Amino acid sequence: MKEKIKAKVMDSRKIRRAVHRMTTEIIERNRNLKNLVIVGIRTRGIYLGKKISKLIKELEKVDIPVGVLDITLYRDDFSKIEAQHMVRKTEINFSVAKKDILLVDDVLFTGRTIRAAMDSLIDLGRPKSIQLLVLIDRGHRELPIRADYVGKFLPTSKRELVQVKLKEIDNCDEVLITEPIKLK
Amino acid sequence: MAFKHKHLLEIRSLTPSEINTILSTAESFLEISTREIKKVPTLRGKTIINLFFEPSTRTRGSFELAAKRLSADIVNFNQTASSLAKGESLKDTVLNLEAMKPDALVIRHYCAGAPYFISTFCQSHVINAGDGYHEHPTQALLDALTLKQEKKKIEDLKIVIVGDILHSRVARSNIFLLQKLGARIILVGPPAFLPTEFKNFGVEIDYSLDRAVEGADAIMMLRIQRERQKSNSFPSIREYRNLYSLTKNRYKKAKKNSIIMHPGPINRGVELSTDLADSAKSVILKQVENGIAVRMAVLYLLLGGKERETAD
Repeated sequence: MKEKIKAKVMDSRKIRRAVHRMTTEIIERNRNLKNLVIVGIRTRGIYLGKKISKLIKELEKVDIPVGVLDITLYRDDFSKIEAQHMVRKTEINFSVAKKDILLVDDVLFTGRTIRAAMDSLIDLGRPKSIQLLVLIDRGHRELPIRADYVGKFLPTSKRELVQVKLKEIDNCDEVLITEPIKLK
Repeated sequence: MAFKHKHLLEIRSLTPSEINTILSTAESFLEISTREIKKVPTLRGKTIINLFFEPSTRTRGSFELAAKRLSADIVNFNQTASSLAKGESLKDTVLNLEAMKPDALVIRHYCAGAPYFISTFCQSHVINAGDGYHEHPTQALLDALTLKQEKKKIEDLKIVIVGDILHSRVARSNIFLLQKLGARIILVGPPAFLPTEFKNFGVEIDYSLDRAVEGADAIMMLRIQRERQKSNSFPSIREYRNLYSLTKNRYKKAKKNSIIMHPGPINRGVELSTDLADSAKSVILKQVENGIAVRMAVLYLLLGGKERETAD
């Protein structure tokens, strides 16, 4: 599918500042940082989670473990989707029971991914709490879910796509709004 | 990357990339069996029927657990004793089961090609859990997963398969699979159980186990099927043991970190000495563990999503 770029809404500086601001919010809100663990949703949530963990280490000298969650097996559109999603590994090498979990994803849209992620986490143990951090909240929720930490609220139309690119896998830090081009 | 087959009937017709898709999916499923809650909701609402025309505990149980860990419902039909004895044909049995609207049939049958025959008239997905002397695809896949874990890769490994090759569907599926992934295969067994025609598969044949194990990365022992001892082609157990049993002395000739595999059930002291079976080099229980992940992967790839590929 071809798409055209409509706007570049964040560059690396803006992303860095947003992550920094959210990290201080996390520190402010979680008095007991030692009980915090980060779980990044594949794929870009992992790298955002790692950035935050590193920042917390710099600011507060606390090591926050980062786990990886693959939500494919918990999707609710499983029998409807046309594409077969490749299952990849969930790698959470720590117990989530009684922990304060910071769930990290790049874009919050319908909320269905987060629903799947929460179900998956609860199957791994009973966390004390789950907080949600997203870089972009683009609206259009289909479930009653909201984020605790938001990098940027971005009003979009449903047709548009929001693409978060991160240096670790996309070679640059930026957020783009794109739109699929109709082929005549 | 997507797996586009409707059925899993044999390894022979799969491409290396399809095999790798199954293996990497299985790797992702391994972790689920180590969780406190060993279940994901992925195949909720799907019905799977285990239809076994031959005795099996391991394979059937493994498919059953795999289905349950994916939240599918699974029913066992053990046909050795029931309607077949009353004279019902295979086709009628399957049509009756299909009327119960399953999504997949897991078939074990003593006739080669039975799962293929069933797939020609059946709406459900068909998975071959071993058919006659033909293939046992999930066994070969779990063997490959074990080899990948232990040896990091399969390409260029020297793998020795020992035993009653002629009557072994496990050997056939492994020959096809390991060859597709680039391994060097040497078949070993008494001449009566290892016709030279096997060379047509592009593998090597050796009638001396002592010679064949030299420098092997993995030694795959097959079960001596005691049922077949009555046939004239089988030498005495003692003779077989003298020539083809894997003993400590023989094992020493293999590579230092070579692994010992067996599809089970083992005849201790016949094809494999007890101390080797229980040694650290034996990955037999690892194979059983991997069997569940491989069968979860196969069920997931066949039953999950529709068979069309689009971008994510």
